Amino acid sequence: MADKAQSRAMAARLLDAFLRAGAVEVTPDILQPAEALLDLYGEDIRARAYVTADPLRGEMMLRPDFTVPVVQAHMADGAEPARYAYAGEVFRRQDHRGAARSNEYFQAGFEIFDRADPEAADAEVFALFSNILSRLTLSATIGDMGLLRAAVDGLDTLPERKAALARHIWRPKRFQHLLARYSGQIAVPKARAELLAGARSDRPWIGLRQQGEMEARIAALQADAAAPALPAASVNALNALAALRCRADSAPDHLRALKIPALEPAIARLQRRLSALAANGIALDNLHFDASHGRSTMEYYDGFVFSFAAPDPVLPPVAIGGRYDALTRQLGQGREIPAVGGMIRAGLLADLEGVL
Amino acid sequence: MIKLGVPSKGRLMEKTFEWFGNRGITLKRSGSEREYAGAVEGAEGVSLVLLSAGEIPRELAAGRIHLGVTGSDLVREKLADWDSQVTSLAPMGFGYADLIIAVPDCWADVDCLEDLDAVAHRFRATHGFRLRIATKYHRLVRDFLTRQGVADWQLVDSQGATEGTIANLTAEAIADITSSGETLRANHLKILSDGLIHQSQATLFAARAADWTGQQGDFAVLVHQLGLDAAKL
Repeated sequence: MADKAQSRAMAARLLDAFLRAGAVEVTPDILQPAEALLDLYGEDIRARAYVTADPLRGEMMLRPDFTVPVVQAHMADGAEPARYAYAGEVFRRQDHRGAARSNEYFQAGFEIFDRADPEAADAEVFALFSNILSRLTLSATIGDMGLLRAAVDGLDTLPERKAALARHIWRPKRFQHLLARYSGQIAVPKARAELLAGARSDRPWIGLRQQGEMEARIAALQADAAAPALPAASVNALNALAALRCRADSAPDHLRALKIPALEPAIARLQRRLSALAANGIALDNLHFDASHGRSTMEYYDGFVFSFAAPDPVLPPVAIGGRYDALTRQLGQGREIPAVGGMIRAGLLADLEGVL
Repeated sequence: MIKLGVPSKGRLMEKTFEWFGNRGITLKRSGSEREYAGAVEGAEGVSLVLLSAGEIPRELAAGRIHLGVTGSDLVREKLADWDSQVTSLAPMGFGYADLIIAVPDCWADVDCLEDLDAVAHRFRATHGFRLRIATKYHRLVRDFLTRQGVADWQLVDSQGATEGTIANLTAEAIADITSSGETLRANHLKILSDGLIHQSQATLFAARAADWTGQQGDFAVLVHQLGLDAAKL
């Protein structure tokens, strides 16, 4: 295992490569205000980050990642377009034992904020990472969260159902449950049927949630109950999309074969991205495509996603990245900018380079 | 000596003494009522350590005791990766309590986690913050809701009188242990139909981190006497 000095040296080497690629270095604080991270990630982040308290600044977290502070810095006073690089430690609580689970480790990353040509920016980041990692035999996988989102958006059903599905794209279990409910594969529970028939509690109203909020939801449930079930064909097409794994260069054909008309703009984007990757010297026949890539682990990515993984499945990915346009909207207080980037685990890279 | 940690007071202690007594091992407090020292009769090489039930998970994890009796909820809550730190030797058939999620009974539109998730989403949009769930079982509740794919909630810490937090407007839902459900009903709450997080009972645990060198012989005899499956450790 690389020691801390070796990991730091590797992180510095990666930072140097990113700066040569035209990035400006950013150096976010290790102590980050907890509020923005909690608002973004919810309770999950409490399980993964170290929370501490500052008498004046309130609840703080030991930096669990760089992307959020880099986006915050850019949205506060960044010029456009911008390329940023960083290197430093991140801190993660670990609830499970194992050598691959580090509580603190070095990351080096590269991020592009650019409106002009998103697919070209996707390819630029991927090709830069691919070149830096070219001495290792890693398995590279790409995906695109925009495909599932487009397919959900294209369903012929109530907007509320589409919004609920889109909200849970990152939680496959709940997503499947909702699909089964909307398509009538699971029966309406007795309690729901009784509610729709007018059943109410005779106990006093307590709590902050108001009676009007309940009535509004019951009205939405009535509309849902009256709406036609999602056709089985739509559910099957959506599941086939989520399960699609193939060589990257054949992905557009496989996606078109699903015959989901709403996918066409997203497929066109994927094709532009594949062309840009090829133009950057990436061999597409050696690149995996996985339509669900990053679905349960890379929560803020909402478009292009990628990872580079070592053959040993116990190890975390050497590098991951993707597009996070929605994150800039959430942190931008009314402004937004397309953004894509990724990070490399410096210590893991040092380990692998030492071995190979 | 094999150190056996047992709850130092109350019903949990009495039931534990009774459980061992039924298997021919007499545990008792030595000295006065207020002195936390104990004695073991009927088993060789075993000494009794009286501890607060809440501290027994930590003492097991540290290996300061070899065996310990406590609620399975406490072990799961207090120990990360609990089954890598302790082995469950025997559920003991008392100290039953269910860790459940409960919401106001007046919420006629909420029966299950699917409803809670949908209401949490609407609540956040309306009130500007995530739906608050009061509990002291942070790890168990967080793991459960994450595994179930429920979003837009937050935990607020409540170390007691948790059932009252909703009426006091400091939480919208609670996750707490209940045995009869009386307190929930008295506070106008109902349990979600699929909101059972863990069914707890008093359990005899063995510590993986304890020094077992030279204890194997006494342990094998003890395990046989208790009628347990020795292969478990």
